[in-house]
Amino acid sequence: MDHDTEIGGRQERFPLTRVSIIDAVRSDDPSSRERAWELLVAAYWKPIYKHIRMKWGASNEQAKDWTQGFFASAMEKPFLERYAVEKAGFRTYLRVCADGYVANERKAAGRAKRGGDLRFVSLNFDDADAEFSRGLSVAADEEVYFDRECARGLMERAIETFRAACEQSDKRTRFALFERYDLSSAENGQRSTYDQLAAEFNLSVTQVTNYLAWSRRGFRQCVLDVLRELTANDEEFREEARRILGIVS
Amino acid sequence: MTRMLNDDTLDHLTQVVRDDSPDDPRYRIIRRIGQGGMGTVFLAEDVALGRPVALKVIRDGLLDQQTTERLSREARIIARLEHPGIVPVHDIGTLADGRVYYVMKWVRGRRLDEHFDSIAGLPERLRVFQRICEAVAFAHAHQVIHRDLKPQNVMVGQFGEVMVLDWGLAKTAPHSATHVPPIPAPQDQLQIPNTHETAHGTILGTPGYMSPEQAKGEVNRIDKRSDVYALGGVLYYLLTGEAPQADARSGSGGARSFTPRRRNRAIPRRLNAICLKALSFDPEQRYAGAAELAADVVRFLDGQAVLAHHEVPLERLGRWTWRYRTPILLIAAYLIMRALLAVWMRP
Repeated sequence: MDHDTEIGGRQERFPLTRVSIIDAVRSDDPSSRERAWELLVAAYWKPIYKHIRMKWGASNEQAKDWTQGFFASAMEKPFLERYAVEKAGFRTYLRVCADGYVANERKAAGRAKRGGDLRFVSLNFDDADAEFSRGLSVAADEEVYFDRECARGLMERAIETFRAACEQSDKRTRFALFERYDLSSAENGQRSTYDQLAAEFNLSVTQVTNYLAWSRRGFRQCVLDVLRELTANDEEFREEARRILGIVS
Repeated sequence: MTRMLNDDTLDHLTQVVRDDSPDDPRYRIIRRIGQGGMGTVFLAEDVALGRPVALKVIRDGLLDQQTTERLSREARIIARLEHPGIVPVHDIGTLADGRVYYVMKWVRGRRLDEHFDSIAGLPERLRVFQRICEAVAFAHAHQVIHRDLKPQNVMVGQFGEVMVLDWGLAKTAPHSATHVPPIPAPQDQLQIPNTHETAHGTILGTPGYMSPEQAKGEVNRIDKRSDVYALGGVLYYLLTGEAPQADARSGSGGARSFTPRRRNRAIPRRLNAICLKALSFDPEQRYAGAAELAADVVRFLDGQAVLAHHEVPLERLGRWTWRYRTPILLIAAYLIMRALLAVWMRP
């Protein structure tokens, strides 16, 4: 079957719900825990880095050190054991902990640098620095700024998840259309018409319409899946969906 | 490599994610008309048949196996219950994003709690209640227990039709004729277990209308009498305009707190007794099913003795007098006339 010419149908579902990484971080299994920490850092390092730069007026180097140090410290200390979902959302808890860490670091300015052993994930601070310098998502309120950066991180991860799912199920054309119409066009401000896309991808306009509808649904599910992974329970998931995506459920 | 998103792209993608309208070529979504614990209901147009329908789809962000199975079970249970008091299901399907939806008749009307003030008079309210009981009794006859009966789940149509909605928590007996089999799934698709039994200890329902056994999560004790308790709550609401307030889980407040006459002294004692019997904490003390409850309400409407209330001779005399008030009045009038005539004709 040519998957790229079929649309809809029950077999086209994406994999369902993932396990919360917050639960996995507390797991007794070292490999699960390590993997969960990788995901957690990958999801939050950039918002934390930008938050530190914005709130604390840190330089790129300072923010790099503090970001790596914060996550290294969080892994060593019983950081997540103290997290109580009923008191605050995980993102808020993380931000408050990062602020506490930075405040302590500023007090003990002479302390040896930490974070040198943070080997499990590659953090591209150059990109983060470039984004921050470009003044993306400028907001006076640090909380609004942090929410928006988390939303940006969530979308970026969901795009990668969606790309992988499309490649795995041999639906590259659909992802290419989605990338062209919903990502690139929005970036350069000039949206192509469906006619132009049909000519460019050698498809009919109906196929373009169907493929884009399919891709948006798939992408939407990836976003919600990633968000579910990053939250501790259903209530927090809904609250986060409302807060950073504006989804009322 | 991870893509860097600028603010415009982020805003655009957020809009894409917010748009959760079901996208199916057969059904054109018109507007959202309701949202429950499990699903969102849209008013849609069935493009093929050119008629409005109600389309229920798993609520945003609840795409998990349990909810998927529960919604599809709800559709299959309703489809087996063909009764004028139960909204018929027309179609069931799965959207490309994996969300299950089903399509049902669009009922033009209002929920019972919204319609309450428009129902004039006790007899009319009891007739609405009788129709609710009949629909539930039909389900009971097919071994289906609703488990979430409340005024918000009853729709009163433009022409007075009464429909029981939201069978999402319905439970079927495992070996009944209405037992709902699992959906046959292709091999490459996620296999969904047939979880017709809710785990013991799980609390499903609505406080105020939930029976004590349901509130305690005693799933194995839930049967038709649990629905009777909820119907008692609906009757209480129809008599007083309020939901029963006692904490069914602890039984605090006792049956006295459910006494409708404490709210409204004008409520007849026999009707009060029917309500209290339905709302008994002990299932053994309740009516055996919705049919028995409906029958007692009909007896009350017909002026007959009700099972829930043991009458003293004076009450029986009063009821008998009220029931046969017309002939009694005619006979009395006749006798008075005769007496007056006799006095007048006296020489």
